[in-house]
Amino acid sequence: MQIEMREEKKQEFWRWKESNWKNPDIEWRSGKFITLGIDVGSVSSQAVVMVDGQIFAYSNMRTGSDSPHSARKALDFVLEATDMPEDRVDYCVGTGYGRVNVPMADRTITEIACHARGANFIYGPEVRTVLDVGGQDIKAIQCDEKGRVTNFLMNDKCAAGTGRGMEVFADLLGISIDEVGERSFQVKEEPPPVSSTCVVYAKSEALGLLRKGWSREKVLAAYCRAMAERIYSLVERLGVKPQLAVTGGLAKNSGVIERLMFMIGLKPMNSKWDAQIAGAIGAALFGYALCQKGKGRKK
Amino acid sequence: MISAGIDCGAKKTKTVIMRDGKIAGKGIVLAGFDLDKAVQDSYKMALRQAGIRSEDVESIGGTGAGKEAVKNADELVNEIKAMARGAFYFFPDARTVVDVGAEEGRAAKLDEKGNAIDFAINEKCAAGAGTFIEAMARALETPLEEMGPLALKSDKQIPMNAQCVIFAESEVVGLIHAKTPKADISRAIHDAMASRIVSMIRRIGVNKEVVMLGGVAYNPAFVEAIRRELDLERLYVPDYPEFGMAVGAAVVAAEKAQGR
Repeated sequence: MQIEMREEKKQEFWRWKESNWKNPDIEWRSGKFITLGIDVGSVSSQAVVMVDGQIFAYSNMRTGSDSPHSARKALDFVLEATDMPEDRVDYCVGTGYGRVNVPMADRTITEIACHARGANFIYGPEVRTVLDVGGQDIKAIQCDEKGRVTNFLMNDKCAAGTGRGMEVFADLLGISIDEVGERSFQVKEEPPPVSSTCVVYAKSEALGLLRKGWSREKVLAAYCRAMAERIYSLVERLGVKPQLAVTGGLAKNSGVIERLMFMIGLKPMNSKWDAQIAGAIGAALFGYALCQKGKGRKK
Repeated sequence: MISAGIDCGAKKTKTVIMRDGKIAGKGIVLAGFDLDKAVQDSYKMALRQAGIRSEDVESIGGTGAGKEAVKNADELVNEIKAMARGAFYFFPDARTVVDVGAEEGRAAKLDEKGNAIDFAINEKCAAGAGTFIEAMARALETPLEEMGPLALKSDKQIPMNAQCVIFAESEVVGLIHAKTPKADISRAIHDAMASRIVSMIRRIGVNKEVVMLGGVAYNPAFVEAIRRELDLERLYVPDYPEFGMAVGAAVVAAEKAQGR
């Protein structure tokens, strides 16, 4: 019994499953240009391999304390899913918060450009606003039909509204980060949002609500709502042009996204691709465009 | 004239009993979850120390974020007024007063009579309040009261990028992993917090005589970091800075009772 309890205490609710995937319908041997996009974010890192501009394989991992190492790990993990040797890659673009620390990159491109380009690929050319909600920042980006950035706003000073804030709550409530979205809808009626902006104060507020007898789901609903409002205030400042696409890790949190889209008055966009890899997709696409122009790696 | 000032802060409840303009007794307890009880406990503690019976107290002033819990108050004093009068009581030359508590930071500009003529408040972000150092002490695995003396041992300036407590925690962990000496990290933490407070003070303008109140003013490294950042010769800190607002509330309560 005691051992069980200790294990329960040690469980890290913020931790999500790392994954890699290979597209069975694509044969890399017959590809002309193979490009690689590596997005080293503050919390997660992704690597995407594209064969002639189509997604061939990807990996999604947690970023460690060392960016070059994280880039390497993400690349090794995606290659593990394939039988392709690393030297077959024609061009590699690094992006994300840790992009200067992607040793194998031929060049780096900002994550703002990459997320816009990636969202255009994932959700289609009708996307005009991209909301990238990552581990440590929120970016609202406006783009044209080709996924070129026309304007953007970001918050990277404060954890409120970022994935990091949600991790703190997952840990506090003891609900796995993969489940928070779904669980936040298991309430009889929608509670008012947590009123504190600061994550530190929101945490104390949440403890108070739990003591008042609120269920964990109700507290979660109140926090998802507060996060949605926080993100909404940023995107509102930039101005929403339909369609709006959400990328980054938080795109997987229906609890925040559905509340946010309801406030904005638009329907969430669907895609078969994981929106967390949008930045790496954008990076690989930029690499592909460079190869087509004959600016690829000299062999 | 006997009056009392009760300051219901986010973390602690403080009471001061004043007799004829002098502090006769002080009481302080952790606020906990039962604010009413904390108010009563700190009040009783202060009465006991002063050797005064509650029926002899002519007027009670309540202040602080939880002042509604001071049910026996004759006067509810807003926090800006309480800190202004408190600072003026200790240092009549004070023209700027800064109060940094557990969850809030405030700054006010005073006229020559101790009235606040301008103020700024931060109650939204933990990076400008005592909570910041508490969270960082946890990350550094250092007792809170050792944080200040530790920081004073460092003469190295390491800028911190993070402005947010949550992000600063990761940054501190990164510095620990990079084998940065604890003293240097602690100094970086104090400097970061001081720069937050100073930017709030600058919003209302800095006058020369700056008084610091609130529990965080017990921390010598924090006071020093503020002094450095403001580029002043010295700051004025009373012996018991966390009672500053309670004193202000007691002063206001006495004035009201005397019809001033």
